[in-house]
Amino acid sequence: MGILEDRLPDNILFTTVDKFLNWSKKNSLWYMLFATACCGIELMQTGASRYDLDRFGSVFRATPRQSDLMIVAGTITHKMADRVKRLYDQMPSPKYVIAMGSCANTGGPFYKDSYSVLKGVDKIIPVDVYVPGCPPKPEALIEGIIKLQQKIMQEKNLVKK
Amino acid sequence: MMIDFASVFVFLIVGILFVAVSLLLARLIRPAEPNVVKMSNYECGEEPIGFSWINFNVRFYIIALIFVIFDVEVLFLFPWAVVFKATGWVAFWDVLIFIVILLVGFAYVWDMGDLNWIKDIDNLKETEENNSPDERISTNMLKRIN
Repeated sequence: MGILEDRLPDNILFTTVDKFLNWSKKNSLWYMLFATACCGIELMQTGASRYDLDRFGSVFRATPRQSDLMIVAGTITHKMADRVKRLYDQMPSPKYVIAMGSCANTGGPFYKDSYSVLKGVDKIIPVDVYVPGCPPKPEALIEGIIKLQQKIMQEKNLVKK
Repeated sequence: MMIDFASVFVFLIVGILFVAVSLLLARLIRPAEPNVVKMSNYECGEEPIGFSWINFNVRFYIIALIFVIFDVEVLFLFPWAVVFKATGWVAFWDVLIFIVILLVGFAYVWDMGDLNWIKDIDNLKETEENNSPDERISTNMLKRIN
């Protein structure tokens, strides 16, 4: 939270304020256009008209400066890991990460005997929701976003405990 | 009546208040966690190279200016083309004169060599002897840039 954090004594009204803030955060999860492998196709499909991620308030942004959510869709190689970290760092807070697909979760089919693939994106950036699948269907990704929304609703902004 | 503009005034006040309040509210509740990487230039995840405030070559300026002029010409021609039948010959001659004026300007620009990316240095050289040393330096610079 911003400058108001830890400045105000607890107040019964703050639970409602927090709920409102979380509600507005969860319904405007703009995700960054970031796809490195075949999961990107499913990500595009999720954003397109049939599955229509817009109805959850999620629209894609072409720059990390306007993004709240990073959907790591695809295999992250060691060479790419550097860029992923930098893109994550360049996103404004509050920011969330969904690891989409086996590769982003654990390295997937490249887990054994791969010299070049990062074994899970959580080795470099904090991940909020893991979506399994190779690649996950759009329904699975939407489930992941709903899970993330539930997680955001649990956040405390002005309430201390 | 001036009172009819009252609604415009109300809209103005509400608009200003809306922006001011939302900016102030956002400032109060948003997290501000700047760090070196976040404040650096965004270059699609790559490490930024150099400074982002670079100088553009001044030669782009004349091209941009000519582009704007002919862009506006097209802007005028489309509505005219839509109502061409209704307006008849008067509008036709008007537009023709308009195009001719622009074409004269275009011919002038062409003749002056402003459309050439590489400037004509030989013409500058002829006058070089008459010029003071300061201006000779500028010719040398032009040569270097070309």
